[in-house]
Amino acid sequence: MTVEAGTAVPSGDAHEGGDNYLTHETGLKSWLFTLDHKRIGLMYLVSVLVMFFLGGVMALLVRTELLFNGETIMEADTYNKVFTLHGAIMVFLFIIPSVPAAMGNFFLPIMLGAKDVAFPRLNLASFWIYGFGTIFAIVAIVAGSVDTGWTFYTPYSARADSSVIWMTLAAFILGFSSILTGVNFIATVHKMRAPGIHWKRLPLFIWGIYATSVIQVLATPVLAITLLLLIMEKTLTIGIFDPALGGDPVLYQHFFWFYSHPAVYIMILPGMAVVNELIATFSQRKIFGYMFVAMSSVALALLGFLVWGHHMFTSGMSEYATMVFSALTFLVAIPSGVKVFNWVATLYEGSISFASPMLYGLSFIVLFTIGGLTGLFLGTLSTDIHLHDTYFVVAHFHYVMVGGTVFGFLGGLHYWWPKMTGKMYDEKLARVSWFLVFVGFNVTFFSQFIMGSQGMPRRYYDYLDQFQPLHMASSGGAYILGLGFIVMAYLFWKSLRSGEKAPPNPWASAGYEWMTTTPPHPHNFAETPVMKRGPYDYHLCTEEELWDGFPEDFEAKKAKA
Amino acid sequence: MASDAHAHHGPAYLAHHFETPAQQFDAAKLGMWAFLAQEVLFFSGLFVAYGIFRNWYPEAFSIGSHLLDWQMGGINTVILLASSFTAAMAVRASQVGDRKQTTMLLGLTIVFAFGFMVVKYFEYTHKIHVGILPGQYWGCPSFDCGTAAPEAFAEEVAAAIDAAHLNAGPGMVPYHLRSFFGIYFVMTGLHGIHVLIGIGLIAWIMRRNQKGEFSADYNTPVDIVALYWHLVDLIWIYLFPLLYLID
Repeated sequence: MTVEAGTAVPSGDAHEGGDNYLTHETGLKSWLFTLDHKRIGLMYLVSVLVMFFLGGVMALLVRTELLFNGETIMEADTYNKVFTLHGAIMVFLFIIPSVPAAMGNFFLPIMLGAKDVAFPRLNLASFWIYGFGTIFAIVAIVAGSVDTGWTFYTPYSARADSSVIWMTLAAFILGFSSILTGVNFIATVHKMRAPGIHWKRLPLFIWGIYATSVIQVLATPVLAITLLLLIMEKTLTIGIFDPALGGDPVLYQHFFWFYSHPAVYIMILPGMAVVNELIATFSQRKIFGYMFVAMSSVALALLGFLVWGHHMFTSGMSEYATMVFSALTFLVAIPSGVKVFNWVATLYEGSISFASPMLYGLSFIVLFTIGGLTGLFLGTLSTDIHLHDTYFVVAHFHYVMVGGTVFGFLGGLHYWWPKMTGKMYDEKLARVSWFLVFVGFNVTFFSQFIMGSQGMPRRYYDYLDQFQPLHMASSGGAYILGLGFIVMAYLFWKSLRSGEKAPPNPWASAGYEWMTTTPPHPHNFAETPVMKRGPYDYHLCTEEELWDGFPEDFEAKKAKA
Repeated sequence: MASDAHAHHGPAYLAHHFETPAQQFDAAKLGMWAFLAQEVLFFSGLFVAYGIFRNWYPEAFSIGSHLLDWQMGGINTVILLASSFTAAMAVRASQVGDRKQTTMLLGLTIVFAFGFMVVKYFEYTHKIHVGILPGQYWGCPSFDCGTAAPEAFAEEVAAAIDAAHLNAGPGMVPYHLRSFFGIYFVMTGLHGIHVLIGIGLIAWIMRRNQKGEFSADYNTPVDIVALYWHLVDLIWIYLFPLLYLID
């Protein structure tokens, strides 16, 4: 016998005191050596949040130093180290694993109706490798002299002291964690789908994570070899990147960006993937242009491999190459635009609710659009000469990485929190923290757009007096942003301590992951589900399925009627 | 309920989260191919570096190739091709359920792999001893730049320059020979690490085979380890002509 989704609500007894993945086994060992993708996802979530905190502290230190002209709280050398650590931690330890490894691990198998990912032991290995890589990163931080910027550009990095080796080894190892997760997800999506989930019924979250996995598998090894060559250059002096040894530093930049530009899509695609779910659920409407949205993820993954040269317009490249890279860069706007227009079209005539996850989803659309359009300024050769290496670039990628990915991540965190923990949170506080984060973010980075267009160079310790007011505004925004995160941490802590018990489907979503019990059964579904409809088919859902309360209440209501 | 999920769940080798053995096999195979794609891209960086440096400094690469012993490289190529053959035959033997033959063939594969590493050892130690090393260690016997290079160093370099017909006068040695050997050591070194990992994997599979874990119905691990081994072989098939043969 199988449960037929489309007719069944999780049964009452499975819900009340039933077995779930949190209570199935207990003890520290049952977590550290678990093969359950949900527990591994949760461990990733905790790890990336710790790293987000660390990276966030670094960001606040940078902004505090820049509050006033001249030395404010630290020396110039320290400042170089702090912004390097901010970048390296945020990129390698937080953003890249944030949505795919934490939420992807938790929800990808559930949304496929599978019992687990294809290779559960490999999955645990990925997590351990992530932990191992983190140790190297911490050694680099304690040894304390990485000041190359997160890009480790040669020739400086080839000459800087040995803590660069620790940090690049950390990134090398973390890369393998990322590759193995990608391999696992690709096999899972291809081979583990429950009956009825064909490719056109695949939730768009999964399409996004799938496209991400492909990039992880194909791009990350190039970073691995690049960083390994850098380490070899420093130890064995192989003469490839260091001009003093006959190497070529621009070759390093090509190698580095061949990974790191696709990596930008490793970071943004999962954010978009989450937003698909948010927009559909909180509009109670079938996503507009499903196949276009799905294929635009794949298109972004492919285009991401062809545009790395736009990071080096000013580094010395042939004019013809720069023109080709510029033209290819503009192409990226097409699939991005497809997504934005389809999301907006989904909202049209939808039954929109402004619950906290949706607030993040809508903010994503606005902020990502700003981030994406300012990218075109940088992809244009003539304007890039003016804007290259200014705060305009910093603001642009923070609008994409924070306004995009982090907002998507936070939206997902609010959206799936009840499913993951079995607890509801204080919606009012959630809206307050959203407001602070949204306002704080925009104040911080919009002022950086203005400074950048006026010529404020990035990574500088000091600045001209004319930038004083905007730097103060930017730092003030960073403090508001920090306050927003403190409120958010408090609301989630409060939810864990005394949150109301969460119903199976608090947002009345048609998504597959809401069909199981809350928190989910150790095997995701007590029995293999057979899906009779797509994850956005609100018109095919029964009243039971979209019931956004507790099953017992629903039974009572039905009996009354 | 949870207990039901485990009941009547097919043969012992079928992991709990798969429905059928075919699904399990397909997933493993696809996963391995995705992993191999990753391996190819990992080495691709080196191949690109090779191509670019060769294009910039053709004379250094020509002389460099003459400093390598094509006969040793050739022997190693034959050894690796033979090992790929025994690996493929081991897969077949396990598919027809012949445990003894599988063990024998996997054992042979390991012997060949060791043979490859022995040849590599002699090549490496000679280079290190003479001082044919990358970057600032060029001409430093055993990485020791305090001592003068042995006579063999100058003789070998001069012979290679002659063999490449690039003799432009006494003392004219292209600077980028250092980069050639940087690329040579990283490429063959990483390949060697892959061979060592392969030896470990094949030994592990051999042990499991002896314990009787594989049969005509279930031999996925033999299959995917052999896939990995073929890739290691394939990479060498490209390394050999690029480094040793092309003048």
